[in-house]
Amino acid sequence: MEVVNMLEIENLEVGYGTIKALHGVSLRVNQGSIVTLIGANGAGKSTTLRAISGLIKARGGKVRYDGEDITNLPPHAIVARGLCHVPEGRMVFANLTVEENLRMGAYLRKDKPGVAADMEFGYEMFPRLRERRHQAAGTMSGGEQQMLAIARAIMSKPRCLMLDEPSLGIAPILVRSIFEQIVAINKARGITILLVEQNANLALAVSHHGYVLETGKVLFDDTSAALRTNPQVRAAYLGG
Amino acid sequence: MQGQRYEPFAHHFPLSQFLQQLLNGLFLGSIYALIALGYTMVYGVLRFINFAHGDVFMLGAFTGLYLHKLLGPMMAMMPWPVAMLVILLLAMIICAAAGILIEFLAYRPLRDKPRLNVLITAIGVSLLLEYTAQLVFGATQQPFPVIIPKGNIGGLGGLTVTITQVIVLVTAVVLMIALRFIVMKTKLGMAMRALSLNPTASALMGVNNSVVISFTFGLGSALAAAGGILYASLYPSIEPFMGVLPGLKAFVAAVLGGIGNIPGAALGGLIIGVTETLVAGYSDTLGIPSGYRDGVAFVILILILLFKPSGLLGKAEREKV
Repeated sequence: MEVVNMLEIENLEVGYGTIKALHGVSLRVNQGSIVTLIGANGAGKSTTLRAISGLIKARGGKVRYDGEDITNLPPHAIVARGLCHVPEGRMVFANLTVEENLRMGAYLRKDKPGVAADMEFGYEMFPRLRERRHQAAGTMSGGEQQMLAIARAIMSKPRCLMLDEPSLGIAPILVRSIFEQIVAINKARGITILLVEQNANLALAVSHHGYVLETGKVLFDDTSAALRTNPQVRAAYLGG
Repeated sequence: MQGQRYEPFAHHFPLSQFLQQLLNGLFLGSIYALIALGYTMVYGVLRFINFAHGDVFMLGAFTGLYLHKLLGPMMAMMPWPVAMLVILLLAMIICAAAGILIEFLAYRPLRDKPRLNVLITAIGVSLLLEYTAQLVFGATQQPFPVIIPKGNIGGLGGLTVTITQVIVLVTAVVLMIALRFIVMKTKLGMAMRALSLNPTASALMGVNNSVVISFTFGLGSALAAAGGILYASLYPSIEPFMGVLPGLKAFVAAVLGGIGNIPGAALGGLIIGVTETLVAGYSDTLGIPSGYRDGVAFVILILILLFKPSGLLGKAEREKV
């Protein structure tokens, strides 16, 4: 099978004020795969995603999506290309209902039947959302909000999905079902996934390839299976 | 008088007078409400107070005046409701464009700067509009054309309500219903709400936040322009500083209702209008000279900031830095 780079990041440099957060990060995400980005707090994982989706400006380097240079395009232009970012902290619209949140996800779409079908897909994926579709999103638990954030992202009909810390602050039982759905989204819909996760065990278990980030640089770049057996990675990130 | 029970307050507070004042307050309050909506919507999407908003209200009144002059011969041929509608809609469109332009030229370049910068800029824009208006329109009072026929509505049992007052209230209510429809039922309205809740997330949904912000300014300015024309129809004498006090009072109305809360702004406007009119109407009884009516709104502002800073319908929100 021909391997196609869906997302290609080259020497990405980002800074906040005078502090440099990324010192030339390079990574590749093959079409149809799940790639994970692991590392300690402050390693630059979220910053990498924010720079890819246009939320912060890159000072140097290139972001290529589907062969096109999308570096420093505004976020709405990047979503329009089918690259969708589920941000850390979920960021659901607290005062909007679950259904309105899903509609916001489909903001750029004009195909009404397709939108309705994807909303149905979201409800089937997370039945909890259907039960609460007329409820304000802010009244739901963290796990339910994470489900909503993922379903909302699917509404934009992405070809590549970037998930930032989907397990953060969520009851373990819900983490499992959320990760099952992430894998299902990748398999059933062929959506390429770039997953940022502090829970390295979990992330490496579901992904094909992994990058370990440390203080704004890529420390390891290998298949997830290899990273799981790498003694250094095991000692530092997988709890021995 | 013989055999009649002594009613100490009947003389000072006849019911009909009270109802009359209440009505007068309602008409004035509906205009404050229209202006307040613009403050609150802009605050919703940008978290800043557009102090130039009251001057867009003034601009609305002058646009109405000049449109009437410009379209004079045509106006005479139209039935008055059509003439009123034409002037109202054209002035709303022109002022919406002005509002969008103000945001684009003065506020957008400061979007990523500290919020204080844009707040001070808004005061500057306000002064610029007032003194430019003085230069262009002249500093003296100008009569606003009488479009709505003079006369009272009969059959209200001793209450005096003019046709103008009815038109003011009806127009204001229709505009508020239209706004509610736009905000709750249209895609741009939903984007507005989403943006005000979380601008990062709305951008990630594909919303072009700048477009929505422009739209919000246009919408708010159109309502302020309508307010200006309605106000000038009630008090048909306009001048370049006419927007200062109603603007400030409408700002208080927005804070009273809960800044950022759209129904709150409408409610706040009505409360300020009614309270102000009642204080003026009962100035003898209350021992407050009627000239102090303009102070009422600010007493309310102080009270609300002391006891319920989030406003009547607002939710407490922690300032994000």
